[in-house]
Amino acid sequence: MAFPVLSVIVFTPAVAAIILLMIPAQRKTEARAVALAAATFALLLSLWVYIQYLTQHMTGYQFVEQYGWLPALGISLHFGVDGMSAPLVLLTGVVMFTGVLISWGEFDEKSHRSAGIQDRPREFFAFLFILASGVFGVFASLDLFMLFFFYEIAVFPMYLLIVIWGWIQTREYAAMKLTLYLFIGSVVALVGVLAMYWTAGQSTGVYSFDMLQLEKAGFSASFQNLWFLPVFFGFAVLGGIWPFHNWSPDGHVAAPTAVSMFHAGVLMKLGAFAALRVGIMLLPEGAQHWSWLIMLCAAVAVVYGAFIAFVQTDLKYMIGFSSVSHMGLVMLGLSTLNQNGLTGAGVQMFSHGIMTALFFAVTGMIYDRSHTRQIPELGGMNKVMPFAAIGFIIGGLVSMGMPGFSGFVAEFPIFLGVWQSQWLVAVIASISIIVTAAYIMINIRKVFFGNMPEKLQGHMTDITVLDKVAITTLCLLMIGMGLFPSLIVPMVQTGVTHILHLLGVA
Amino acid sequence: MDFLNSHLLSLILFIPAVAAVVMFFLPKDEVKLLRWFAFVASLIPFALSVYLWIQFKPDAAGFQFQEQYAWYAAIGSSLHLGVDGLSLTMVLLTTLLTPLALLASFSVSDRVKPYLMLFLFLETGMLGVFMAVDLLIFFVFWEIGLVPMYFLINQWGSANRNYASLKFMIYTMGGSLGLLLGIQLLGALFGTFDLATIIAKWTSAQGSLLGFPIATVKDVVFWGFVIAFAVKVPIWPFHTWLPDAHTEAPTAGSMLLAGVLLKLGAYGFLRLVLPLYPEQAKAYAPALALLATAAIVFGAFASFAQKDFKRLVAYSSVNHMGFVVLGIAAAAMASGTADARIAMNGAILQMFNHGLSAAGMFFLVGVIYERTHTRNLDEFGGLFPLVPIYGGILIFTSMASLGLPGLNGFVSEFLVVRGSYPLLTPYTAISMLGLLFTGAYILKGISKVLHGPMNEHWAHGEHKLTEINTREIIVMAPLMTLILIIGIWPAWILDVINKAVMHLF
Repeated sequence: MAFPVLSVIVFTPAVAAIILLMIPAQRKTEARAVALAAATFALLLSLWVYIQYLTQHMTGYQFVEQYGWLPALGISLHFGVDGMSAPLVLLTGVVMFTGVLISWGEFDEKSHRSAGIQDRPREFFAFLFILASGVFGVFASLDLFMLFFFYEIAVFPMYLLIVIWGWIQTREYAAMKLTLYLFIGSVVALVGVLAMYWTAGQSTGVYSFDMLQLEKAGFSASFQNLWFLPVFFGFAVLGGIWPFHNWSPDGHVAAPTAVSMFHAGVLMKLGAFAALRVGIMLLPEGAQHWSWLIMLCAAVAVVYGAFIAFVQTDLKYMIGFSSVSHMGLVMLGLSTLNQNGLTGAGVQMFSHGIMTALFFAVTGMIYDRSHTRQIPELGGMNKVMPFAAIGFIIGGLVSMGMPGFSGFVAEFPIFLGVWQSQWLVAVIASISIIVTAAYIMINIRKVFFGNMPEKLQGHMTDITVLDKVAITTLCLLMIGMGLFPSLIVPMVQTGVTHILHLLGVA
Repeated sequence: MDFLNSHLLSLILFIPAVAAVVMFFLPKDEVKLLRWFAFVASLIPFALSVYLWIQFKPDAAGFQFQEQYAWYAAIGSSLHLGVDGLSLTMVLLTTLLTPLALLASFSVSDRVKPYLMLFLFLETGMLGVFMAVDLLIFFVFWEIGLVPMYFLINQWGSANRNYASLKFMIYTMGGSLGLLLGIQLLGALFGTFDLATIIAKWTSAQGSLLGFPIATVKDVVFWGFVIAFAVKVPIWPFHTWLPDAHTEAPTAGSMLLAGVLLKLGAYGFLRLVLPLYPEQAKAYAPALALLATAAIVFGAFASFAQKDFKRLVAYSSVNHMGFVVLGIAAAAMASGTADARIAMNGAILQMFNHGLSAAGMFFLVGVIYERTHTRNLDEFGGLFPLVPIYGGILIFTSMASLGLPGLNGFVSEFLVVRGSYPLLTPYTAISMLGLLFTGAYILKGISKVLHGPMNEHWAHGEHKLTEINTREIIVMAPLMTLILIIGIWPAWILDVINKAVMHLF
């Protein structure tokens, strides 16, 4: 039997979390080292999966494993990745690795600087890793029940991470809001999932949560039209779809840095991915019936998110709303239901995940030193942390969709897809490009250039070596994919081919 | 040699970018090393493009030295490079001006490393536009060039740089929105971005599209393209970003902005608008000519009214680029006729010539600004006896800008006017009156700086004005030489341009 690489990836963080909890609380450095080792291991394995999938020109579900879990109910631990999910597994590995790096933290007596996580790092990493296990699980699951199971595992630690380690002023409010939104969304989706399970069981006589089976269930058109919206929107809440997005910027702001990275970088993809996997792929006719509504919501998110980001004065809120805008592009791509749009959506999920993780990482580095995120109170950061400035600028260029970076590679096919489906939406959505360029450029200048406010002078220090490693990793990925789209696009396309097949258009 | 010949374009294109990446790893305090490294690195593409010019066969039709590499196969775009006589001229201009701009920057001492790196990236961005034979690649490089320029203005510019750099960025990106959407439409329609294929399919497209008659769609997309390029040229009334950006940019930035970046817009007209929309271009040529005339006349008036030396030169760009557009409008009007070809020849040569003289003028403004820290024309006066060599060079370059026979500007402006007169008589006539004011503002500039009663402030003591130095003369020497050569014997370059025009239009 082949090496069960996917289950190892999924359970590595969970096992590491248990090991972490067994380390004595005062041995912070050991806890951090274990976390870093586990994160590196998971990253290398997910990279291996990605490279195998890419270089072997694989198609369909690969690295498949299946273990009986509750056979009586048709539930099994069924793992496998295709061209859509393999990049997201890698994304999770990267964000986990860089999240641990920037949370390593060190306390400087002289400048009262406490970067990273000083308070109970052991518990912090343990919760973060349980979350990571859940995320890996969703991306790798081929069983609907398991997908749901991991989905909930990914959401719950978020609450604790925000409420314990979050920004003291809003953390209770934000954590509660986030958790309630996501639970309501997932409960609505769960009802749809159970409806699918029963209906498929009744018509075929085999009660199974296996998605490969459910894909072939052949639900009636009226069933699909009825259940598509609850399922899609139930999951898409986590993807930050307008008008259910407003938990997201609050959550981003209140979360500690590494959690914001996870949250915007990976968790939002979880919502979009589950909406695609369960909503569009299992209920393709429903998707075709309702695609206009998704497109409408997505287009609003793209433009409205950009404008709201423009007026923010808190750096983290700005990034939070820019995430709403960019995830809107993902939804826009999904709503086209054609080759270009879906491909773009897949690439955008990866690109945005890396970009926004970088944004939040740099913001966290600034906040740890300045204790403010208010853009008017910042300035001249370039002088003390030039490396972070370069990273943020590169992230900004990706965000603007500048050619040569991964954002362009992702957004261009989305727009092509929209042209093929509803040209007017493409014209309207393109407004966001200018608005995004404006707020990114203005805020880069305000935060990194100009004169540093007197209050901050002397308090600011350069970022650490680990921070630099994290920034470099993220930047190289964005530039690499921007210059060489073939590093990711052909792979995503194989996943898209399967979706188009289900949709009956290819 | 085989490798060189088969990869000539990609070498010219990417050497600056690679050099910039290498510079990232050089120590930031070794200022001298950094300067010489960047300068030498930019001389290599220049040497290669001179070789390219020699190897180029003007008589052959189509693109030469083509290279094609897979890039974004999923949406049908490839890194497809090639040059014809039109783009070759622009490639030569770019690779010539970049080393001169870098040499001009030797006096910059603030954060030298990122400054020079941005210039090298900028060169790659500009060259990519001229070499692209793929619509998406064209757009990629078109947008990439904005970023280094934005940061050059924003970080190394003068007082009002924040406003100017953002205006530059937003104007150009906003202008490009129509271009982007148009390119997306074409790409979505044909599933490829290969320029030749798109031109063939688009010009022969029939029926209806997106629920409208195809002619209507073409009209709309035509204006999308035109506005994108019009902002860049810039054509009146889309020019207002230019005086701000030019004035605030560091000297070398202004040199490349006026010398090359403005040409990107005109090049876009020639490479994309005329081939893709021959009918629309013909139908709207009078409108274009009207705007060009407005640019020529208003540009000259505005220039005359300036008190800031650099703004004066900046508005002169609006004035001179107006002739390029006038030539293009005439050529669009009567594509294929002898008059149209003459106008087109003039327009392309004017692009090259304006690149030389505008870069020279901005540099000379920079030279005096560096010494006096003012650009206010009222604070100069009678400086000729103090700096006779500088004065001589300034007068020479100004005369080229003015269009003095014997220097390059005369040749190209005469060709434009000769070509467009029979086609667009009233516009051309008014534009020629505009030339009168070109003379006026140039002479005003010279007299305010060099002649009249001497401002004693600059004559003695710590403010004593120093003469132009050797490095600065070396920057000007190639420009002046070319200005003179093209003025006296334009055949060597017109031959290449003319044959390209014969093939293209």
